Amino acid sequence: MSLQVTKQGEVVVIEVDGQLIVGNRQELKQRVLDEAEGGARKILVDFAKAGYIDSSGLGVLVSLAKRMRELGGDLRLANLNDDLQTLFELTKLDSLFQIADTRERALESF
Amino acid sequence: MPSNVALDIRIPSDVQQIEDIVAQVVRRCRACHFAGRQLSLNVPVALTEALSNAILRGNGDLAGRSIRVRADVDERRVVMEVEDEGIGFDLEACTEDPTTPENLEREDGRGLFLMRSLMDRVERFKGEGNVVRLTLIRR
Repeated sequence: MSLQVTKQGEVVVIEVDGQLIVGNRQELKQRVLDEAEGGARKILVDFAKAGYIDSSGLGVLVSLAKRMRELGGDLRLANLNDDLQTLFELTKLDSLFQIADTRERALESF
Repeated sequence: MPSNVALDIRIPSDVQQIEDIVAQVVRRCRACHFAGRQLSLNVPVALTEALSNAILRGNGDLAGRSIRVRADVDERRVVMEVEDEGIGFDLEACTEDPTTPENLEREDGRGLFLMRSLMDRVERFKGEGNVVRLTLIRR
């Protein structure tokens, strides 16, 4: 998995390329926490290039979303493919996150 | 374990091994014409959960321990077994519902739920070590 981080206005966009699973979830966690430490309050995680996510990856997203809310910010998601959408629906995490079809719509939503 | 074992290997108990093992099993399922969704969601996620559970919980994330992985694939189904050196666990008692309001924001507790949601059958039994067996019918 690799992460590509860009800034679009006030929003830090983190694009996940590859699988987000137990062996690499800490990379995403640390990256978001570093951005938050640096003052970022609007985080968008873009899954356009992502593969599968396991329960550890889902757990990290839950934990980061909670942390961003505690800081007065928000973490939102974009570009879930059908498999990822199914995972979020199975676990009902689709009710916890604001999820957009495209990066553009997600950016507009902040 | 049925005959015609397609994969039977012992790997170090290390989460960095997971992606490679999952890719090997998915390749075998692809060769047996499993559906796209089964190749991209059911098999990789459920097997990742079983391996992760074996490494982190069964083997206690201890270096020096190992995991045995077996996968038997044909055009009817895939049977995957993950065996760790732990004492085992009660599958029913350990499976929580992560979708309840009190559990929804928990960071953990979704692994067994996902395995059971994505596989046709999940079993746990005592072999030489503690074995979790996952079965998925090809569709």
